[in-house]
Amino acid sequence: MSVEDKVRSYILENYLFTDDQSELNNQDSFLEKGIIDSTGILEVIFFLEEEFGISVEDEEMIPENLDSVNNIVKYIDSKS
Amino acid sequence: MNAGSKILPGRPQRLLRDGLIASVERHPEKDAVIVEGKSYTYAELYDASTRLANALIERGVQRGDRVAIYMDNTWPCIVSIYAVLLSGGVFFTINPQTKADKLEFVLNNSESKLLLTDSLLAKVYKQSLINTPLVKNVISSGKKLDDVELKDISIENFDEVLSNNEPIDSPTDVIPNDLAALIYTSGSTGFPKGVMQTHQSMVFAAWSLIEYQRLSENDRILLVLPIAFDYGLYQLLMTIKLGATLVVERSFTFPVKIYQRMEEQSVTVFPAVPTIFAMMISAHKKKKLCFPSITRITNTAAALPADFIPYLQEIFPNALIYKMYGLTECKRVCYLEPELIDINPRSVGRAIPGTEVYLLSPEGKPVPAGEPGILYVRGPHIMAGYWKDPERSEKMLKAGDIPGERVLCTHDLFKMDEEGLLYFVGRSDDIIKTRGEKVSPVEVENILHGIEGIKEVGIIGIEDDILGQAIKAFVALESGSDLNDKKIKKYCLSHLENFMVPNEIIFIDKLPKTSNGKIDKKELQDMVTT
Repeated sequence: MSVEDKVRSYILENYLFTDDQSELNNQDSFLEKGIIDSTGILEVIFFLEEEFGISVEDEEMIPENLDSVNNIVKYIDSKS
Repeated sequence: MNAGSKILPGRPQRLLRDGLIASVERHPEKDAVIVEGKSYTYAELYDASTRLANALIERGVQRGDRVAIYMDNTWPCIVSIYAVLLSGGVFFTINPQTKADKLEFVLNNSESKLLLTDSLLAKVYKQSLINTPLVKNVISSGKKLDDVELKDISIENFDEVLSNNEPIDSPTDVIPNDLAALIYTSGSTGFPKGVMQTHQSMVFAAWSLIEYQRLSENDRILLVLPIAFDYGLYQLLMTIKLGATLVVERSFTFPVKIYQRMEEQSVTVFPAVPTIFAMMISAHKKKKLCFPSITRITNTAAALPADFIPYLQEIFPNALIYKMYGLTECKRVCYLEPELIDINPRSVGRAIPGTEVYLLSPEGKPVPAGEPGILYVRGPHIMAGYWKDPERSEKMLKAGDIPGERVLCTHDLFKMDEEGLLYFVGRSDDIIKTRGEKVSPVEVENILHGIEGIKEVGIIGIEDDILGQAIKAFVALESGSDLNDKKIKKYCLSHLENFMVPNEIIFIDKLPKTSNGKIDKKELQDMVTT
C-alpha cells in the first residue's frame, strides 16, 4: 500500500468509521470538516510514528504537515 | 456612526450590543478580533454587524425573534452575534459538530426563521432544513454553493449579503428585560434545553467576570474554546465591551500553532478546560513550555486537578490561576481568588461579585459548615428559565425569601468551610463531562437504541487523564446480530457531536439491573475499574 492509501484508510476507519472512499477527499481539512479534534490529532501522530517509523517533533505538529491526507503524505515524504 | 445608536458618555451598559457601540466610539481603529491571524478593527466589526443587521431586519427578523447561528469560531460568527443583537433578535449559537437530527430539533424548538451558517456545514444543514418548516432564509458564509437547492428556502452568500446591504440607521429598540440569547445545553432527559438569558443578566455576568479576573482594555484574550459554548461566548462579550482584543482560533487541535499565536500576539489571558491543560502539561514534561506574556489563566467546565497547579505555574510563570465553577443556568457560580490557590487548591472559592450562594439540605434547611448540601445561587445572573419548558424551569428556579424572587437550585452537592469557601462534592445527575463538554448518557443511549440489532445499552463516564471522563458504552446485542464497534461508532458519529461518540464499546451478553429493573450503572462502573 502507498503512504496515501495507508493514511486514507487509517483516517476513514478510525475517524469516519467507514471504508467508503468517497467520504474523504485528499485535500479536505480535518479541522474545518470537523473530522479530527484536539485529542484525535495525538492519535494520528502515534499512528504515523508507528507506521512509518518517524518521530514527529512538537514543532512539526502544525496544520501544514497534518491537516489533510495530502499534507500528511507530503510531510512523510519529506521525513524519509 | 449613526445618530440613533450613540451612547451618552458615562451611561452604564444596558444591552449587550451597547458594549460594541461604546467601544467603536472610543477607538474605531483598534483591533477587536484577530481570527486565525487576520485582524479586524472595531470599525470593521461595527460596519459588518450593522450591514448584516439591516439584512436580517429586511428578511423579517423582529424584536424577540430567535436567530440560529450554526458556525465555527470564525469572523462571520462574531459578526452574526452582534448583527442579531442590533436587529433586536435573540441569538443562539450551535456547536458546528452538531448533526442533522439535533440541529433540526433546536431550529424547531426555538422557532427560528433564519439560519446563519457556513458552506462547510451544508451537508448537515441541508438535511435538517427538510423538516424545519419555519426556516425561510439561510445566510451561509464560506464558498458560494451553487448546487444547494431547497424548496421555499432562500440560501444567500454571507459576503454578498454584507456588500448588498447598507448599515442600519438605528438598532431595533429592546430593553434590558428582553431576551438576548438562548444557550442550549445538554439535559439529563437527552434533549437539549434552551437557557433563556436576558440582556440585563448577561451584561451583569460579563461585568462580574471582568471584575474578578481583573481584565482591562489592554488585555489580549485567547479564544480556542467554541463560541457555541458559553465559556467561549463570554470571552467575546467581555472583550468587546472592554474594548480589548480577542485572538480567535478554531480549536486547540494543533497546539504548536496556538503556542506560536500566543507569542506572536502577546496574549495576556488564556481561558481553557482541563483537557487542554493536560495536553500542555504532557508536552511540557517532554520539552519545557513557557508563556511569560500570560498574566491570567482560567479553568472551568470540569474540575482542575490540584496536581496540575505546580506545572501550570511553571508554564505560565506570571499568571494568576483561576479555578471556577458554574452552570449555563447562571453562567458562573464561583471562583477561587488566585492568591488562595496554593493554600486551598481543592476549593472552587466564593460566589462571583454581586451574587451569593448558600447550601440547603434536601428538606430545605441550612447546612452547618463542613457538611454537604445542595448549592443555591442568588443574583441577577440567573436564567429566566428554559425556553418553552416551564416544567423543567420550575425544577431549577425556586422561590426565594423576597416575595416573587427566584433563586437557582443547582442540584449539585457542595460543602462550605468556616471561611465560606466552597468544595465540590458531586453532581446529582449522571451527566458526563468529557473534554470540558457536557454529555447526557440518555442522549447517547437513545441514539444507540436506534441501531437495529442492539438489545440493551448503558453509557457511563470513566475517569481519564486527558479527557476528564471517557465515554464507555456497554452493549448487549440481539442474537444473530453482526454489529461491531466500528459500525456502532459510525452510526453515532452521524447522529451525535464528535465528543459524544463513545470512546469504547464493550459487548456483554446482558446488562446488570437494579432491583427496580433499571440498568445498574454502578455495577457497570465496577466492571470497568476492577
